[in-house]
Amino acid sequence: MSDLRYLEAFRDPDLGRSLLSALAIAAKALPRAPVRIMEFCGGHTHAFHRFGLLELLPPEIRMVHGPGCPVCVLPKGRIDAAIGLSLDKNAVLATYGDVLRVPGSHGMTLMKARARGADVRIVVSAMEALSLAEALPDREIVFFAIGFETTTPPTAAVILEARRRNLTNFSVLANHVLTPPAMEAILSGTALDGVIGPSHVSTVIGTKAYDFVSRKHGIPLVVAGFEPLDILLALRMLLSQISEGRSEVENEYARAVVPEGNPRSLGLIERVFERAPSFEWRGLGSLPRSGLSIRDEFGIFDAQRRFSVEIGRVSDPGICECGEILKGVKGPRDCRIFGTLCTPDTPVGACMVSAEGACAAVFHYGDREGAVS
Amino acid sequence: MTGGRGALGVRLDLEKGRVEMVHGSGGRASAQLVEELFLPAFDNPWLRQAGDQAQLDLPEGRWAMSTDSFVISPLFFPGGDIGSLAVHGTVNDLAMGGAHPLYLTAGFVLEEGFPLSDLSRIVRSMGASARECGVSLVAGDTKVVERGKGDGIYINTAGIGRIPAGVVLDPSAIRPDDEILLSGPVGDHGAAVLAAREGERLATALLSDSAPLHGLVAAMLASGPGLVCLRDPTRGGVASTLNEWARISGLSLEISESGIPVRPEVRGISELLGIDPLYLANEGRLLAVCRPEASERLLSALRNHPAGRMASRIGKVGKGRPGRTDGTVRMTTLMGGSRTVDWLLGDPLPRIC
Repeated sequence: MSDLRYLEAFRDPDLGRSLLSALAIAAKALPRAPVRIMEFCGGHTHAFHRFGLLELLPPEIRMVHGPGCPVCVLPKGRIDAAIGLSLDKNAVLATYGDVLRVPGSHGMTLMKARARGADVRIVVSAMEALSLAEALPDREIVFFAIGFETTTPPTAAVILEARRRNLTNFSVLANHVLTPPAMEAILSGTALDGVIGPSHVSTVIGTKAYDFVSRKHGIPLVVAGFEPLDILLALRMLLSQISEGRSEVENEYARAVVPEGNPRSLGLIERVFERAPSFEWRGLGSLPRSGLSIRDEFGIFDAQRRFSVEIGRVSDPGICECGEILKGVKGPRDCRIFGTLCTPDTPVGACMVSAEGACAAVFHYGDREGAVS
Repeated sequence: MTGGRGALGVRLDLEKGRVEMVHGSGGRASAQLVEELFLPAFDNPWLRQAGDQAQLDLPEGRWAMSTDSFVISPLFFPGGDIGSLAVHGTVNDLAMGGAHPLYLTAGFVLEEGFPLSDLSRIVRSMGASARECGVSLVAGDTKVVERGKGDGIYINTAGIGRIPAGVVLDPSAIRPDDEILLSGPVGDHGAAVLAAREGERLATALLSDSAPLHGLVAAMLASGPGLVCLRDPTRGGVASTLNEWARISGLSLEISESGIPVRPEVRGISELLGIDPLYLANEGRLLAVCRPEASERLLSALRNHPAGRMASRIGKVGKGRPGRTDGTVRMTTLMGGSRTVDWLLGDPLPRIC
């Protein structure tokens, strides 16, 4: 495992300190301060807290947490649909572990459904769900698929594989969403000076997918890796752009991301999915052409059609600020129930459920001293 | 051994045979399992008496008692198996109270169809571990559940150990300025087991740290006073133990990420699976809190023992938070920032994005 040294290299404390000094100097030279920079992706939110980076940043930089957490943007109606399939249709529901604790309507979760007798299985990959279908030929297996462009190609691949293997008991309840339309929605409503672009998503869609950020909104965007040095370097690049009055899409994560993205992954998505006219996001509302649905050609693998699933519209409780937090308008500590009614053990809103949600990150890693009481 | 005849009829086929319902019935087959499998592996005078109980002559004094159940998957992992783990687990629970472990019992829940060859391997491993630890497995029980109602084998061990006179280890005695010691790299067991579950996809040379700790504890106690409390950070890892101490003491435990040894393999597996090594289970490590004046001496005692060569000082106890009684664990990160080290939430799950 020689690649592990590579990992250590991107966490080098000495280089980190040099970058932080450079950031402090660059921040003093900013034409306006503070600048508001959004990390779109929950993975970056998590990294900022886990490595303790936020408090090390110069005061001129204000980080704003974005909505890039697949579990967080999943509306309750879709959780309700999954619970319904597992309880009422007797299907085996296979999904990623994070999804099990997400509350749907009336506080019901897949975890609680399992305790009531539903057959809910945690899988770590789409392929594992397909294997379940082969192992349990007498049961209907529904893979509850979530995620941005990163997890979509594997879902597409298993649908193709299910067809190749003539599996008749496998289907997918697809909740795959697209990054650029969500970013567009946020930039249209939230004032930002720069964006840290996602790591993993960008390996699939490439940097060109963000051209609209600079061209239409005049805001610089730097795609960054998830390691501390990646993040600090990306911030340094953003400050340079702001100071120089540039708004370009730049790539800090060049070791994994290319402008055109991954053609094979993009081809898989295109082959199996098409853009749905609109998709209801938790917090962001209904966004046009922002989610994917399974093409007619693969209709028999679409759980929504197979079981005539209706996705209901369920609004969040009024006291929960998840919507404003996902848009970057408010921070976790601005929410009245953060850390009191809403904790990782008893999440009210989606931002507290997933480890990558902004509220969960602030609660988990933050100094409780500052928690709203 | 196979095919021959014993006192109870045809001997068990320990190569190709499987556990059957009758092995747990209490009848002839159960007796045969004890006689041909358990007795040879655990051999000691108490088992040979074959009574319903072991009768022990215990000297006066304070005794520690503990019990633990083992449901690990996979049953065999690099550096150990469920059998050695079941012995080390209870031995270490006793050792964390400063006790010298002496007697263990073992309860087995077997699933119908479980290969006798695996059972034999596990039982022999338990016997070897017990001998290595200097403890005797003095009583046992076996039950068989129908196929599909168990996961091959579950083992419970319970044990008692003698606490030397004058030894009191108690986390409620933790005070500000106490120091926190760790006996070696974290996460080896958890990472080795997770890697073993992944199979070929995640082949490493990493071994579980599963090992007895009572020798190490005895060496620390022998070095002199000043040891406040001990804990082996098993399930939930170092983070969970520190949080428990923070809660009990109501104080703030302040650790430094740079002081916590993590093997590169463990860090790599953790990254791949999206898990923090501080939450990975350890089965042969201990955390200690000691008075500041004792820390150098205890650190030497740890490092001079084979089980504590890579011991380090990972932090100290700070003051509690004003107006709060629930304590906290804060860590200075490698980058120089600080963050809370929280309780583990739910099961450690692989990251999906």
